[in-house]
Amino acid sequence: MERARAGQAPGKVRSLMSTGTALGRARDAARGVAWFFKGVMGENAYAAYLEHHEASHCSEPPMTERQFWRDRTDRQDANPEGRCC
Amino acid sequence: MSEKHNGAHGHKAVLETDPDLPPTAIDAAVADAEDRRWTPAKIALWVGIALLGGIAWIMLAIVRGETVNAIWFVFAAVSTYFIAYRFYSKFIERKLLQPDDRRATPAEYKADGKDYVATDRRVLYGHHFAAIAGAGPLVGPVLAAQMGYLPGTLWIIVGVILAGAVQDYLVMFFSMRRGGRSLGQMAREELGVIGGTAALLATLTIMIIIVAILALVVVNALGESPWGVFSVSMTIPIALFMGVYLRFLRPGKVTEVSLIGFALLMLAIVAGGWIAETEWGVALFTLDRVTIAWGIIIYGFIAAVLPVWLLLAPRDYLSTFMKIGTIVLLAVAIIITRPEISVPAVSEFAATGTGPVVPGPLFPFLFVTIACGALSGFHALISSGTTPKLIEKERQARFIGYGGMLMESFVAIMALVAALSIDRGIYFAMNSSAAATGGTVEGAVAFVNGLGLTGVNLTPDALTSLAGNVGEESIVSRTGGAPTLAVGIAQIMQGLFGGGGAMAFWYHFAIMFEALFILTAVDAGTRVARFMLQDSIGNFVPRFRDTSWRVGAWLCTAIMVAGWGAILIMGVTDPLGGINTLFPLFGIANQLLAAIALAVCMAICAKKGAFKYLWIPALPLAFAAVVTISASFLKIFSPVPAIGYWAQHNAFKDALAAGEESFGNAPTVEAMEKVVTNTFIQGTLSIVFVTLAIIVIITAILATIRAYRNGGGDETEDAPVPSRIYAPAGLIPTPPEKELEAQWNALGPAKRPARSGH
Repeated sequence: MERARAGQAPGKVRSLMSTGTALGRARDAARGVAWFFKGVMGENAYAAYLEHHEASHCSEPPMTERQFWRDRTDRQDANPEGRCC
Repeated sequence: MSEKHNGAHGHKAVLETDPDLPPTAIDAAVADAEDRRWTPAKIALWVGIALLGGIAWIMLAIVRGETVNAIWFVFAAVSTYFIAYRFYSKFIERKLLQPDDRRATPAEYKADGKDYVATDRRVLYGHHFAAIAGAGPLVGPVLAAQMGYLPGTLWIIVGVILAGAVQDYLVMFFSMRRGGRSLGQMAREELGVIGGTAALLATLTIMIIIVAILALVVVNALGESPWGVFSVSMTIPIALFMGVYLRFLRPGKVTEVSLIGFALLMLAIVAGGWIAETEWGVALFTLDRVTIAWGIIIYGFIAAVLPVWLLLAPRDYLSTFMKIGTIVLLAVAIIITRPEISVPAVSEFAATGTGPVVPGPLFPFLFVTIACGALSGFHALISSGTTPKLIEKERQARFIGYGGMLMESFVAIMALVAALSIDRGIYFAMNSSAAATGGTVEGAVAFVNGLGLTGVNLTPDALTSLAGNVGEESIVSRTGGAPTLAVGIAQIMQGLFGGGGAMAFWYHFAIMFEALFILTAVDAGTRVARFMLQDSIGNFVPRFRDTSWRVGAWLCTAIMVAGWGAILIMGVTDPLGGINTLFPLFGIANQLLAAIALAVCMAICAKKGAFKYLWIPALPLAFAAVVTISASFLKIFSPVPAIGYWAQHNAFKDALAAGEESFGNAPTVEAMEKVVTNTFIQGTLSIVFVTLAIIVIITAILATIRAYRNGGGDETEDAPVPSRIYAPAGLIPTPPEKELEAQWNALGPAKRPARSGH
């Protein structure tokens, strides 16, 4: 299945779906904004993890979504990220 | 094409690309030709940008009408940013850094799907911007507006293109070439034990002072404001709810929970207005500044020891959400409403140094009052470590590092415009300390009109009606920058949306979002500082290295909170006003960190053998060093009590010894004793900062000289690994980049390279 890579722009998918009409372009633009926003907020971190897991041909099954987010915040406990002034 | 130009440096054999894959980099000759291909359309575009910028600068700097329109600030800033980005950052890339897209970045060769993830450049730009921009660029420009509009504008724009963005870009690039190492680790590697230890100590103390002064800004904004106290304290239960929601109900639904949190936040702002109308609300939520300060100290401790998922992570989402939304909204509002600004280009305070907001003449105090937005050392901590682990391709570092800082500079310009759009009399009434205005409307009117500023005639009515419009009891001596900015934003937003009662909403909206950034910075800062302290103590008592050891964690958190808490309480209770005496320390601390970061960059460049272009980091380093060291020396040695901490200290000490019962702005013996203690602490901190910074700079210069004598130094970069992915470098791909991207997109998923494993 061709699926937009999680860390990547949905460019390819967009070009397949785009109908070329004004409505279609508006829909694409909205989808682009949503993709960007979710990316900045960090929402697609799990998708990026799954993609990495798949690509690395790891034999262990990937973490579930719930496990992943737990693991993520728990790791932040030990590795704090600074926020600027 | 010479070998040097594509930055291969003899790694050619290692960086052989996989013959089954399209190239992982645009051929250097093709990229070069693209840069040098000046089509008529391109020439017209850049001539247009240059002309627009030139006209805007003429309007700001030379044409001196009664007023100047805010739109010229936007044009001057944006045109200059574009030109600097296109030409100067490209020059740095080509001559000094020489990125090589055939080399894998840490996000690729260390990929783990968690911390090291190759991230789309546009998303990472937003991500990096959200991490670097906070309350700093919103506060400094407001305080510097007392010197007129021109000094601040010039420093923000020229400072960012030659210093701030350069620092961010260099630190990010060098950290990226070193597997995402932190600034502290790089300092130790490049400068040796003495320089490295001084850099670590300086970072730790600087974090304490920065957190303390940010917290002081919040306290000043919330003091005696039941509306503000209610809505800002509601962010805590909202964040807790979001944390529980994400942990147990719907994990990973970050945007969804942020939207819910945002709606609750808006409700909290509106409800704050209702509560401030009721008698019990006023009784319950009108808190004096000392109580609020203690509240923040206790909150800071709890937030730093609670698990991240419960409070810090959700509030970070909320803060990112607000940050991006509000900044876009503010930019749109300024462009649409285009306020007229009647502040003089350069005010009398620029030369005399007697300004009531922050004391001291333009040089060096303008450059320490505006730190964030022009040159912020704190960014070096984000640009090393976090972001380099996410960059997909080496050539993207220019867009994310240099470009990201340009965006923060633009935020600072908008904050400056918002502050300048306020009536000047009101500006000084809000920003002069209570020691000067007495905290009353009459006192403020007398003080401001007594400043002898041309065109300023403040009436008591103007102050009381504005206070009523923004839903506050009083706006006199609301120092710290945040309330002034909130008034400016409220005026601009009301100009955009209209509505009579809207001003109070927008005022508290602006206070809320500044408080949100600051509280996030406070607990993230405390947490990071705690880990640094644990690591340092761990050198002597190994058990402290174990970050899951509760006793050690709690103890180190308590030490850090006590450090900034003591300075916060000192600032809140300072008889001389607090923010105006402490803010220069904030700027000096931040710029010293910048000097440290640039010193490390200079040493790295020297060890690379790039002596011809060493001035790229050396120029901003020299400037930051001169500014901070001279500002520190003035703070330490100046005989003028308003400027020199020790002069103030001795003046009050002598007055006490002479048996006087009141002196200067201190009405009692107790207040005088407090000034003696406070100035002692402030003076001591100044000495500590400047000593540590001088040690770091000297070790960096020594390392540079050593490298010059030996024609270079040890390689501290990670060994190059060939890349197996491709992505364009800038925001908009060039034609050759588009072509190459299409080749990669045409690869079937099966042929797409597996990113290297764990």
